[in-house]
Amino acid sequence: MFSTKIYLDNAATTKVSDRVLNAMLPYLKEAYGNPSSIYTIGREASIAITNARSRCAELLGAKPAEIYFTSGGSESDNWAIRTVAAQGAANGKKHIITSAFEHHAVLHTLQDLEKQGFEVTYLPVYENGIVKAEDVKSALRPDTALVTIMYANNEIGTIQPIAEIGAICREHKVLFHTDAVQAIPHLHIDVVKENIDLLSASGHKLHAPKGVGLLYCRRGIRLTPYISGGAQERGLRAGTENVSGIVALAEAMTAASEVMDETNEKHKKYAKKIYDTVMQIPRVRFNGDWEHRIPGTVNFSFEGVEGESLLLQLDLKGIAASSGSACTSGSLDPSHVLLALGLVHEVAHGSLRISMSEYTTEEEIDELISVLPGIIEKLRAMSPLWERLTKEENK
Amino acid sequence: MVYSEKVMEHFASPHNVGEIENADGIGEVGNAKCGDIMKMYLKIDNDIVTDVKFKTFGCGAAIATSSIATDMIKGKPLSDVLSLTNKAVVEALDGLPAVKLHCSVLAEQAVKAAVADYYSKIGRTEEAEALRAQCDDCESCH
Repeated sequence: MFSTKIYLDNAATTKVSDRVLNAMLPYLKEAYGNPSSIYTIGREASIAITNARSRCAELLGAKPAEIYFTSGGSESDNWAIRTVAAQGAANGKKHIITSAFEHHAVLHTLQDLEKQGFEVTYLPVYENGIVKAEDVKSALRPDTALVTIMYANNEIGTIQPIAEIGAICREHKVLFHTDAVQAIPHLHIDVVKENIDLLSASGHKLHAPKGVGLLYCRRGIRLTPYISGGAQERGLRAGTENVSGIVALAEAMTAASEVMDETNEKHKKYAKKIYDTVMQIPRVRFNGDWEHRIPGTVNFSFEGVEGESLLLQLDLKGIAASSGSACTSGSLDPSHVLLALGLVHEVAHGSLRISMSEYTTEEEIDELISVLPGIIEKLRAMSPLWERLTKEENK
Repeated sequence: MVYSEKVMEHFASPHNVGEIENADGIGEVGNAKCGDIMKMYLKIDNDIVTDVKFKTFGCGAAIATSSIATDMIKGKPLSDVLSLTNKAVVEALDGLPAVKLHCSVLAEQAVKAAVADYYSKIGRTEEAEALRAQCDDCESCH
């Protein structure tokens, strides 16, 4: 069997770090009590949640009472959007503004709301993958209940003008939610300064385990109860808390904030190295925006090459990465993100996303760029599409 | 989604990749928009496929189905070649994930399109038309 030696798909998920694992283990093996119980190991678990909530709040510039622990980014997105939509509808506001390239946890929730009579405006993201704040402003209507724009895009890493959008929303008294799942591991966020009303985050993108996340909800906004059955999360989300996961999330967010600046500098260097090699390959395109981007996420399209084949070839070399091809999306259409940038289907099928973590090394990047051009050449040599493209060029 | 070892073998080292100069029949199916194009080249003597090569733009399953299909028709009389089914291709690969079954259909159709081209070239127009009609029905070719 082939094994993954080089993991470059950290925007999909990450490994649990030793630091996080060590922080969470006591709550699996020793202080495993139910946080609602009165005795010592229950109290210890409860205290751990309280401390985790404070730490997460502090890192986001929020107050502990504004943090709700969830199962992850998708749940937080659903909860935030459905809450604001329901309250908006009660006040006759049934219009929502979003972007064309949100995560499906947002897009599919909004499509569901459209079936319930909501109107949704999908803002363009332009060729560089960045929403324009003035587009948000001009899309606002008297019946707009919510603006939901992701902090950073998951496929191309582009960072959106969140503070500008936040200011516009606050000025017009419209609630603003951001899916910050991809941003939390790499960027310092301050929900107060950036006028964010609701924010979704996930643990497994920053070296905590899968199955834990949080929703920040600004004081004054009443969340709709999401799961009935207990007093957990202020009675809004019942169910015995994922104590070890919550501890892990707080530890992971703390760890990320400590190394973030240093890691981003390192990633900038690595990304440039990849860019310099890849852009020498003929008929290749860099997707997104070089400046306003999470430094560790880069996305390219190779004409005449299909993404899944590219991933499998990399896998044969022990390298794990990701693509936006139809074959990897489980449908006939390639990534909606790349199509939103204006890429034609043929080119979107041939995309490659590299996403790094603080554990990514220069040797790993060197290995990637030493094998990638050969793989592209090999796949193109057997591609009738490439044959057609080069014939057209020679005409 | 998990590929069988057989699929990975054919993907990693596909058989019969390339082109045949002055091929007797060339078939191309699929389209770039959907992310799969298969092109098959046949050398035919006395209604026997003496050589076959392919080029494919597509996913792992598309490359593996092309590779095994060429193995399955090489050296065979056209009667056998035309009875190749996508089901036989899937079985030979020890199965395909459900979302990849269309790749096996493409492989079957690429073979038929190449034979149809051969029939056209040698004036067996009716047989060519009959084969092409089958291909037009194929949803995978869009």
